[in-house]
Amino acid sequence: MAKLPVNDELIIEKFGPHKQYTPKDGFKGVSEPDKLVKTHCCYCGMQCGIQLKVKDNKVVGFEPWKEFPFNEGRLCPKGVQRYLQNNHPDRLLSPMKRVEGVGFEPIEWEEAMNKTVSEIQRIQSTYGNDSFAMLSGVSLTNEKSYMIGKFARVALKTKNLDYNGRLCMVSAGGGNKKAFGLDRASNNWTDLKHAEVIIVTGANVSETFPTLTYPIWEARDNGAKLIVIDPRIIPLARTADLHLALRPGTDSALYGAMLKVLFDNDWIDREFIEEHTSGFEDTLASVQDHTLEWAENITGVPAEKIYKAAEMWGKAKTSFLLHARGIEHHTKGVDNVVGCINLVLATGRIGKPYCGYATITGQGNGQGGREHGHKCDQLPGNRDIENPEHRKYISSVWGIDEKDLPGKGFSAWEIIEAIHRGEIRGLLSICFNPLVSLPNNNYVRAALEKLEFYVTIDFFLSETGRHADIVLPGSLHEEEDGTVTTAEGRVVRINQAITSPGKARKDSDIIKELARRLGAGDKFSFENNEAIFNELRVASKGGTADYYGITYEKIEKNMGVFWPCPSLDHPGTPRLWEDRKFKTPDGKAHFNPAPYKLSTEMTDEEYPIILTTGRVVSQYLSGCQTRRIGKLVDQYPEPLMEIHPKLARQYNITDGNLIKVSTRRGELTLPANVVETIREDTIFIPYHWGGKHSANMLTIGALDPVSKIPEFKVCACKIEDTGIKAQDSQLSDAFQSFDN
Amino acid sequence: MTTTDYNKNMGFYVDMQRCIGCHSCEMACAECETNGQESMIHIHYVDRKHTIQTTVQVCMHCDDPVCANVCPADAITKDTFGVVQSANTARCIGCSNCVMACPFGVPNKKEEAELMMKCNMCYDRTSAGLKPMCATVCPSGALFYGTLEEIEEKRPHSTPVNKFIFGDQEVKTKVNIMMPKGSKELKVH
Repeated sequence: MAKLPVNDELIIEKFGPHKQYTPKDGFKGVSEPDKLVKTHCCYCGMQCGIQLKVKDNKVVGFEPWKEFPFNEGRLCPKGVQRYLQNNHPDRLLSPMKRVEGVGFEPIEWEEAMNKTVSEIQRIQSTYGNDSFAMLSGVSLTNEKSYMIGKFARVALKTKNLDYNGRLCMVSAGGGNKKAFGLDRASNNWTDLKHAEVIIVTGANVSETFPTLTYPIWEARDNGAKLIVIDPRIIPLARTADLHLALRPGTDSALYGAMLKVLFDNDWIDREFIEEHTSGFEDTLASVQDHTLEWAENITGVPAEKIYKAAEMWGKAKTSFLLHARGIEHHTKGVDNVVGCINLVLATGRIGKPYCGYATITGQGNGQGGREHGHKCDQLPGNRDIENPEHRKYISSVWGIDEKDLPGKGFSAWEIIEAIHRGEIRGLLSICFNPLVSLPNNNYVRAALEKLEFYVTIDFFLSETGRHADIVLPGSLHEEEDGTVTTAEGRVVRINQAITSPGKARKDSDIIKELARRLGAGDKFSFENNEAIFNELRVASKGGTADYYGITYEKIEKNMGVFWPCPSLDHPGTPRLWEDRKFKTPDGKAHFNPAPYKLSTEMTDEEYPIILTTGRVVSQYLSGCQTRRIGKLVDQYPEPLMEIHPKLARQYNITDGNLIKVSTRRGELTLPANVVETIREDTIFIPYHWGGKHSANMLTIGALDPVSKIPEFKVCACKIEDTGIKAQDSQLSDAFQSFDN
Repeated sequence: MTTTDYNKNMGFYVDMQRCIGCHSCEMACAECETNGQESMIHIHYVDRKHTIQTTVQVCMHCDDPVCANVCPADAITKDTFGVVQSANTARCIGCSNCVMACPFGVPNKKEEAELMMKCNMCYDRTSAGLKPMCATVCPSGALFYGTLEEIEEKRPHSTPVNKFIFGDQEVKTKVNIMMPKGSKELKVH
């Protein structure tokens, strides 16, 4: 392992990203497909239902699936264009090895597997089993997530397995477990549309989960009040009753002040608090100094607006609170989450019709992917890898001795740090692009360059994959059967539509073959993916994420089943906590103090501006998939920097000029988009791009102590106008604020 | 024999308040095989400097379509269902009269094709009993295709308006804009 075998330009020329548009004449057979396959979008946690048109073993188009109950045919632009991933010119069709000075050359599977397994064995025999780590992604189905968790512990015998959900909603998971003892949105979205008041905090719903705007608008039709808490006026905030444009990193101060207002005005449910919760007094005591004036000073939100938000929330009879990465990507992400949950518990509006609380999972299987054991500290069924009883049960399901089951390993960012320290020497990754999605890219790149051996399983060559020694071509979403769990907690079916092209193989087959060669074939003798799911069901039985009663047949029949579903005759659980039996040790929901703390890196004289990052509607996560689809790229071709006119004037920044943004970790040059829809002390950059366009070159690798999620949403930066106008090719729809 | 299943009770409703500017409608429209990968619906920022508000530009299918009236080649026609069809490719001479005449700024002239192109309300789908692709996929419900009763039930705080006042001229359309409850017309200044 070393630096890139050839420069980026040559790799990009061969492996993309290249833009694919539908051919002018359309794909052959689009009007008369061989079949329509009901499945789900491969992107975000909404997992919208969609029908893929298949002709001659290729996906050639789509038809809305109007019967699927959540989205009823609705799709965002990514969903509309997702079918173009199939038959894409960048698709990896053969195993490859790196050749210095040449790039990547196709090889046979036998050579690729031999090299991979021999390097794993060499590194592990030299430095120990834990010196070989694995990183996986939650675009993977439940079956693959489960199998990877088992593979790492049973075949690879390493404790160092983690996943890219670590960059997604683990803070929400940490908060959920603290408060409820279980990590899932409390309700399905049906309750959302009947709520009297909705808080959306740190969630750019309209760009990251567009189809979720529909039930929110439906609620508005029913008379709901909408409160949006976000440093930017996101599209959803445009017509909100209240928009609280808080300073990034101050969320818990806002929630604390709101909780105090709720109590001071007796807008709380005392009966619920007394009978079904614990920790209220301590939590209340922790916010006694959170006056409105104090909160205004910290958050930058006028005191009267904070009071109004608390009043709207407090006086309602039904309510729903939604949050996402905006409050979770912090070194105090878990505190932010429990701060939100405190507002829900104080009003007792949970476990009742039209009342709920949810984190919105970003990745396709962000929910299921955090339940089946490919987190560094977790076993299937959302079990704790350090709990002796949990270890014993899973060891029995897997047919291994408990002493052979590794313990808790490093989280994703900690794996990067361990590579730098030389503790980890080899890496296997699947569907994870940390060189774009982890913070402080330069540090991540340096880690990749230190690895002795790196093998990746993917269907496109990602920025990270370019550093691999061996590339194994895996499967697209539509090439394997499986299930995913939506942000609602609904387990849905992914139906195989086509077989993999060229020499590409199913991810599950690759994992099975690796396991066999590593001497654990008998533990991975699954006949098909349904067999994997059936073992997952057993492994999850009795855990908090209990899938035992869910079968493929049941999912198909009901268009999804909500977990927990502990027995075959159980209908599933769309709304949690109706029985008031929380999964905490005392059976009560827990209030948790969430004291306001500073972000890791605050502004100072040298770096006086707050940088926050996020997403745009046409791109998905690290962009490995969406930066290859023509129209999605054209919609927003490169990142740009949103800046308020007042701040722009202060730095003589001209709209459309290239601006140099610097932090203590790197610098990035990108066009300015001067807009009034952002705070005056904050700039915003979307993060979907790699290399010289990577926002994560700037962000900081500081972690929440509980969730180990990095602080993507706040760091300190400085800006400087280069005086150079951005090229026309960079100017798309998103640049329409420009004068030209 | 192929028969059409066009339901005249179905209407097209645009609710600008709900538009999130995602371009899903454009992408879906371009998937129609008859469009040659061009979208017949367009999303625009109103004034991105000051607001995130976007608007949907779709053919309004006027009762008395001025685009058809000014067409020297008689390429644009309104059919018996009230749909103003796209320019007949055999007739269109690419003169841009329709582009200049349309009060809503809808028709686009594709220079490379010397052809006017605009929405025909997904005639291939609507005539077969399906809904237009844009209104089907719209993730926020900014576009809706259905009956008046359905939209009135779904949007109790809004009223569909299809009467537009341009100076002294009144234009009635098949497509409705959702306005605050009680609105009767929309004046365009």
